[in-house]
Amino acid sequence: MDMETDQIYQIDVGNLLAFNPNHRFSSAPSSREELVKECVTEGTKLVQAIADTLFNLPSTETNDGPLVQLPPPSTKLPREKHLPRPKPPTKWEEFALKKGIQKRKKDKIVYDETTDKFKRRHGYDRVNDDNDIPIIEAKASDEPGEDPFAKRLDDKKKRVGKQEKNRLENLKSAAKAGALPSHVQLAVTGLPISGTKAQPKKIGKEALGDVAGLAATSTASGGKFDKKLPGEKPPKKQGKHHKYLPVVPRYGWVDEEKEQTNKVLGKLLSKHSHEILNVGKAINMYNDKKEKKKSGRSDKLKAKKDITKKKPYANKAN
Amino acid sequence: MMEIRTPKTHKAKRVLEKRAPKLVENGKKTLILHGTKTSATLSSVLMELYRLKKGGAIKYSRRNENIRPFESGGETSLEFFSQKTDCSIFAYGSHTKKRPDNLVLGRMYDHHVYDLIEVGIDNFKSLLSFSYDKKIAPHEGSKPFICFTGEGFENVPELKQLKEVLTDLFRGEVVDNLNLTGLDRAYICSAISPTKVFLTHCAIKLKKSGSIVPRIELVEVGPSMDLVIRRNRLPNEGLRKEAMKSSKDKPKKKVKNVDQDDVLGKRGRIFIPEQEVGKTPLPDKSKGVKRERREGKLKKKKNKEEGSASKKHKESE
Repeated sequence: MDMETDQIYQIDVGNLLAFNPNHRFSSAPSSREELVKECVTEGTKLVQAIADTLFNLPSTETNDGPLVQLPPPSTKLPREKHLPRPKPPTKWEEFALKKGIQKRKKDKIVYDETTDKFKRRHGYDRVNDDNDIPIIEAKASDEPGEDPFAKRLDDKKKRVGKQEKNRLENLKSAAKAGALPSHVQLAVTGLPISGTKAQPKKIGKEALGDVAGLAATSTASGGKFDKKLPGEKPPKKQGKHHKYLPVVPRYGWVDEEKEQTNKVLGKLLSKHSHEILNVGKAINMYNDKKEKKKSGRSDKLKAKKDITKKKPYANKAN
Repeated sequence: MMEIRTPKTHKAKRVLEKRAPKLVENGKKTLILHGTKTSATLSSVLMELYRLKKGGAIKYSRRNENIRPFESGGETSLEFFSQKTDCSIFAYGSHTKKRPDNLVLGRMYDHHVYDLIEVGIDNFKSLLSFSYDKKIAPHEGSKPFICFTGEGFENVPELKQLKEVLTDLFRGEVVDNLNLTGLDRAYICSAISPTKVFLTHCAIKLKKSGSIVPRIELVEVGPSMDLVIRRNRLPNEGLRKEAMKSSKDKPKKKVKNVDQDDVLGKRGRIFIPEQEVGKTPLPDKSKGVKRERREGKLKKKKNKEEGSASKKHKESE
């Protein structure tokens, strides 16, 4: 093949790319077909040049055909994502580094001295299982009346909680450095109440509905004329809540009304009735009622009495 | 008030790990979508581009009214889609009176727009209009040859950028091993003028020649079109430098304090730092460090036994 001396192609075998910087297309275009033909012939030359290098690479024979080892591409193209950032060492890692603690590989099967067997370290029937301890000896520092088994569980829960907190802190510092592991997401669950660290409790749908109902009925017109939002359900039971027991008890069922009155009577006539009945309050209520009955109407609607006026027969009636 | 969320299924975890930033990246996926209006040519261009890149492309069929790549606020939708589908190249087609048959090719870095180039499509010939022997039809997903001809690609900055974008678009995955029988397509791009590029897709016919290297023959099969450069946006320098960074960029560190000698071989020099007696981490002799104590005790026992054994031996003698 004769190639002109200045026809050096830039070939990138790794990308199967070839560039011919020296060809000049005529500025006065011949017919479209001729232009296309010219382009295709130039292209063929380039592909041939790449194939020359490609087929001369050392190849291995496989069932599908000859396999060649491609060199890495030489044209630099921009990455699609940033380079992975190094994650900052966790608090334990920093401590271990400072103290010179080395990581030791733990075996999956460990010798259990109590049963003289080899047991696994984690999982079913494990060595040093917390639930298997039959007896915990009392120490001088133990308080009487404290359950040591429950204490152990409690301690474990606390340890687990502390570990989770530390893990979250480590992940937060990793996220700050932009090096959060790919499968972990840190999600903000709720807005904190300013000034406190307490997590606001999540209110359920029903509770919200109840509160909305309460707010509605607390208006002057009892929520009757409030504009309803789209999707708002009508308020639940309105008005007074009464439970009326059946007058005639069902066959075989206990007479609920009778039971109700019996219960009250029983409480009043029992030994401890003085504890249930507030005698002073009862007397006051009785006297008030009597006086109201005498006056005939409630105090609010009546015009206020003039105390200074003397009533001729007031005492005599009593 | 933060919560750690991890995927509940292994599949989800694998997907997340696949999409995470890595040292060696996966092949870039292409997102193909269109704007409010598309002409017949433009919709067939987008469809055929999708077919060519099947396996590494996602095509959206709805029209997107709020995407304006060259305006400052109009890229948010694109960035969101790029994040959702994990696509780093997009091809956005639109047809307006001012810019008929407009195709915007863009790339993303970290799901933010990196660079854009806008081309107009002229003289489009569809896949279906080419008649050829079906036996040589290229297979889906095969690695293509990419050829650029013309001095324009070196001298004109817009064409330079277009060359880079087209390489990125057609390249597919970077592979280590290539099966030579699977080479069946080539993209030919020729800079016929400083503003026009002729792009065509051909199938490869390998013919017997005298040597191991077969003779190549190209047959036009695929869509062919003229790309007229309209607008473009280059990445800003800082972003470009960051995106071009690769892990192998660090120059090989000069190995110090090692010298080779023919007589003595490889020799190294070791410098011992000053010993700070006050700052060495002392062994932890607290009660909790059981393993060390146990091991120490065992060692002691062994030594004692050996000592007594040797004594006994001496006595017996």
